[in-house]
Amino acid sequence: MTSAHSIASSPRYAPLEPRACSAALMIADDAGMAAIDALIGQNPELGRKATILRIGATAPPDTLPAALDGALSQARMGLQVWLAGSQGLIARAQALLLAAGLPKGAIQSEHRGTAARRMQCVHCKTLAEGVTTDPYTCPGCGRALFVRDHFSARLGAFQGVCIDAETPGDIPEPQELRL
Amino acid sequence: MIQLRLTDKTPLSPRITRFRFQHPDGAPLPVFSGGAHVMVEMQDGDILRRNAYSLISDPQDGSGYEIAVQREDQGRGGSRFMHEQAQPGMLMRLGQPVNLFGLNLTARKHLLIAGGVGITPFLGQIPELDRLGADYELRYCVRSRDEVAVDLPGAQLHVSDEGSRMDLDGVLGAQPIGTHLYVCGSARMIAAVLDRATALGWPPDALHSEEFLAPAPGEPFDVHCARSHKTLTVGAHQSMLEALEAAGIDAPWLCRGGACGQCETDVLACDGQIDHRDHWLHDDERNRKIMPCVSRFRGQLLTIDR
Repeated sequence: MTSAHSIASSPRYAPLEPRACSAALMIADDAGMAAIDALIGQNPELGRKATILRIGATAPPDTLPAALDGALSQARMGLQVWLAGSQGLIARAQALLLAAGLPKGAIQSEHRGTAARRMQCVHCKTLAEGVTTDPYTCPGCGRALFVRDHFSARLGAFQGVCIDAETPGDIPEPQELRL
Repeated sequence: MIQLRLTDKTPLSPRITRFRFQHPDGAPLPVFSGGAHVMVEMQDGDILRRNAYSLISDPQDGSGYEIAVQREDQGRGGSRFMHEQAQPGMLMRLGQPVNLFGLNLTARKHLLIAGGVGITPFLGQIPELDRLGADYELRYCVRSRDEVAVDLPGAQLHVSDEGSRMDLDGVLGAQPIGTHLYVCGSARMIAAVLDRATALGWPPDALHSEEFLAPAPGEPFDVHCARSHKTLTVGAHQSMLEALEAAGIDAPWLCRGGACGQCETDVLACDGQIDHRDHWLHDDERNRKIMPCVSRFRGQLLTIDR
C-alpha cells in the first residue's frame, strides 16, 4: 500500500560516508554497527576521534535522550553525526539532534534492519515503536491506522491515520511492511 | 522600479560613501528584511548602468533607503558615477528590495563575518537581530583602520595592519551547535572562510555568503540568439545581458551579479569555451547553461535560447 519515497517528507537513507569534522558522533543499534564498522574501515582516523553511542540490550532506546544530552553538552559547530540502524532509532536520534539545533546537513543516516517504523497516531498522538504492519492498531486509542509515508522530522515519526473513518469497521487485512 | 530622490550623500570613509533615497512625495517605502539589496539604475552618458547594493538602513524604516558604495577606480564605472555624478536632489530609479542573503531564523546563534565594504548587508541585519533579541557575533575585518565605514559598538574589529587579524579557526571552532555563519567580503575572503568552515565540519546548510560580481571585461565575442533570430557582438566592457538589452531582446534578470539565478539561459550550441563566472550553476549544468549577467565566451559559435 505504501512505497518508500512516495512523498517529499519520507526520510532518505544512504550509505554512510566519511566527512571532514572537528568532532564525530556515531549512534547505532546492533544491526547498524555493521554500517559504522564499514564507515570506520574507510577512514580509521574518523574512528579514533568518534564517540560511539551503541543502543541495544544494555542501553535501550529510552536512554538515548540522556546519552545525547551528555554527548552534546560541550559540542561545537564542526560536529558531524552518523546514524545507523532501525528507522525508529534514526528518527528518534535525528529529532533530538535537530531539537538541539544541529543542522540537518551535519547528519547522515543509513538504515539497517527491518522495515519497522516509529509511528504517531495523528488522532490521539500516541507514539508506537516498531510498527511492522499496515494498518496497525494504535496502542493509545485502539483505532486501525493507515501507515503513511508522511514523516515528521520534528517528532521523528511517520504518521498513522484512521483507515476506516468513512466506512467504520471496513479495515483491510494487515500487510507486513516492506522496505 | 521606483523613482526616488537622492536626499543625502555622506562620506563614511575615504572610499565609502553613504547615499540616502526618499520618495519624492515623502511617501513611505516598502519595508524589507535584513540582507536585502536594491538595483540602482544610473544613466551615465549613453550607458545605462545597473548595480546591486545592499540596503544598510533599518529594514523597518520606510522613510528612506540607504546604501553604501565603495569607489572602485578599476571597476566598470558604476561606483565612480555614484561618487562623482550622483548629487543630492537628483531623481534616480531603484528596484524593489530583493533578499538573497536573509537571516535563517531557526539559527541558535548568528556568526557574521564582514570583510571591508562587505559590512553593508549586516548593517540591515543588526537592527533585525537586536529586535529579535537574537544571539549574534559580528566580526568586522579591515586591512587598515581608515577602511572602517561605521562604528559598531557590538562588533569585534580586526585590523590586519595593526596585527589584530581574526583567528578564523579559533572563531569557527568556538561556536555552539545551531550557529549559522554569514560571510560577505571579497571573493578570496568568502572562499577562505567557507573552505575552512567546511574543513572543520560545518554543514552547507549553516553557511551563507553573498558576493555580487561585477561583470569582468574580456575579449569581444559573438552570440547567436536563436529565438530572436539575431546575432550580437558583446563588447569588451559589456556583459552579454547588457548586449541582449541593447538589442531589444527581453531577458530576465534580478541581481546582475551571478548570484540569484534569474537570468539562467539554455545554451543550444557551443563551439568554443564558455567562461563561467557565476556562483549559480552546478558543475553538471555548465555544458548546457550560461548566466549572461557575468559569463563570457571564447570560440567560434555560441547559440543561446533567447
